[in-house]
Amino acid sequence: MPQPGRIALRAPHADGAGVARTLYDKLWDAHVVAKEADGQALIYIDRMLIHEVSSPQAFAGLAARGLTPHRRAAHLAVADHAVPTRARATIADPQARAQVALLADNCARSGIEYLALDDPRQGIVHVIGPEQGFTLPGITLVCGDSHSATHGAFGALAFGIGTSEIECVLAAQVLRQRKARTMRVTIEGALSPDVTAKDVILTLIGQIGASGAVGYAIEYAGGAVRAMSMEARMTLCNMTIEAGARIGLVAPDATTFAYLAGRARAPDPLPVAQWSTLPSDAGALFDREITLDAAAIAPMVTWGTSPDAVIPVTGTVPAAADPAQLAYMGLQPGQPLAGLAVDQVFIGSCTNGRIEDLRAAARIARGRRVAPGVGAIVVPGSGQVRRQAEAEGLDTVFIAAGFAWREAGCSLCVAMNDDRLEPGQRCASTSNRNFEGRQGIGARTHLMSPAMAAAAAITGAITDIRDWQVGQGANGPAPQGANGHAPQGPNRQGPA
Amino acid sequence: MEAFTRLTALAAPLPQPNIDTDIILPARFLLITEKAGLGRYAFYERRTNGGFVLDQPRYAGARILVAGDNFGCGSSREHAPWALHDLGIRCIIAPGFGEIFRANALRNGMLPVTLPLAGWQMVLAAAERAEQVTVDLAAQTVALAGGTTIAFTLAPDERDALLGGLDEIDVIRARYTAAIAAFEAGQRETSPWLWDKD
Repeated sequence: MPQPGRIALRAPHADGAGVARTLYDKLWDAHVVAKEADGQALIYIDRMLIHEVSSPQAFAGLAARGLTPHRRAAHLAVADHAVPTRARATIADPQARAQVALLADNCARSGIEYLALDDPRQGIVHVIGPEQGFTLPGITLVCGDSHSATHGAFGALAFGIGTSEIECVLAAQVLRQRKARTMRVTIEGALSPDVTAKDVILTLIGQIGASGAVGYAIEYAGGAVRAMSMEARMTLCNMTIEAGARIGLVAPDATTFAYLAGRARAPDPLPVAQWSTLPSDAGALFDREITLDAAAIAPMVTWGTSPDAVIPVTGTVPAAADPAQLAYMGLQPGQPLAGLAVDQVFIGSCTNGRIEDLRAAARIARGRRVAPGVGAIVVPGSGQVRRQAEAEGLDTVFIAAGFAWREAGCSLCVAMNDDRLEPGQRCASTSNRNFEGRQGIGARTHLMSPAMAAAAAITGAITDIRDWQVGQGANGPAPQGANGHAPQGPNRQGPA
Repeated sequence: MEAFTRLTALAAPLPQPNIDTDIILPARFLLITEKAGLGRYAFYERRTNGGFVLDQPRYAGARILVAGDNFGCGSSREHAPWALHDLGIRCIIAPGFGEIFRANALRNGMLPVTLPLAGWQMVLAAAERAEQVTVDLAAQTVALAGGTTIAFTLAPDERDALLGGLDEIDVIRARYTAAIAAFEAGQRETSPWLWDKD
């Protein structure tokens, strides 16, 4: 069994016959077009997701070379970052409108399939890829977006790339890559109720730091991962980049195959026998092993402007916290996060904008009201998620509680559309980055799980979800403080 | 691609760790669909607050940035290196880089130099004194005004690409077209389910 922090050294890039290989090794080996010196190789790219923000200069570059896409059927395009989440028959912002129109034009000219804004399949690239069965085990998949690690949840070698690399994939369907070192993160045991994949990945990032996994491909393993749904695995893999690694993987299993069966673009029948050879061999060595005890993980909340500035909701801002982050966030060392008043709540994003996330938030919101003065929005990750939620009546739950119910897109995770916070506003957010200015100039982001964000909307303050007694009638009891006493009113002033 | 061989220039210090690409180029400027001219938006929030290092008169004309650990972490936006390039930056020296940013910088003729902490601190001290620094890619050295020379390494293929200003797509198409076709023919046999839409 792997031990925390144990570092197992191995011969680099052992991939010879008879050598036990990791999932990453197998994915890599199966896509090497040509080996170059120094661990570098030309890797074949099976699939690319394209969105409006990172692709225009790649299409322009391709055209300047007089080239057309090498393999049109390998790509799927959709607009997600710049799109409004309301009143979007015509995009009001002329720049965003032009950017989305340019994607449609580029795709039409190149013969690449484009899901338009009014297509029922439109949504965030990392939500629609899996949803459509475009994401599959055993493939290489890239996108000009760092959260492409999401697709690793299926046992796909998936990573984010820049625009020059998009152009390269369009031109030749290959990328020059250097093989990563491997890290296995084993999450043993079972998660406590109300503790989610979001809390697991935030715990890992907090432990190893925002650059702790630079140069690695992470494989998530262990009982807690095997027990996770595909959506939870996607949340886990999604934020791998926040620990510095471009790649986060989960071995495909029966859960994966059940998710994919019947998806629009998934092969029929599924090549289950082929995919079943993908999991890491017994005895495969990883360059680094980390073990987390699932039962010890609490609901996590970030306090700073880097995702590794994170503590359990019951914790206090570290005494040695970076003063620059504290100043930006308007916090002081030693201050508890629970009870901290929020102005806004965002439920959505490629991290937590799927149907299970909306169900978890709706369970909290049902029969309750968003606290006075708090703005709360729910942005489904895709049109399909939105319709599923409406079929289950979740939209009614949210609207009755005072949440705004929006159309699909990245929205307040990246604040490129008109969903933006005002300077100084504090937001409980299910997104992936608490960076300075990420949700608007001067905006203060606290990352957390969907149920935690919903609870913050109801109480108007950061709240430990475990203090809630959900399911005791439509109106539910008042939230209780961690010590069993009714909590103090939200501290709207915050510290001086 | 623009080549990088040897650069003697003023170095500017920006030692804060985890400067993410949202700080380097805020997301609202990603609506721009051109590569050129992004420099005016680089570090936008930092610069509007005044006193940002690259706006200080003593750092006017700086072409080397001495940055903190994990520089360029976060979003994959290539607009970040485009914006730095537009500001005139050609070399960034840091204890570590966000991986995607680093790959993007290399593809735009910019040299990311990773130095161990001790060497990095010497270069940072030189930058804080607003000194000229010489970065020689062929020799893989950073030379300070006081005569100190610090060695760094870059992977041979990355070094060759920068020294020669090689265009990656041209190289791949010239060298590997047949290998790509052979790979595709093989995959059609082993994984036909990946080719049912072609």
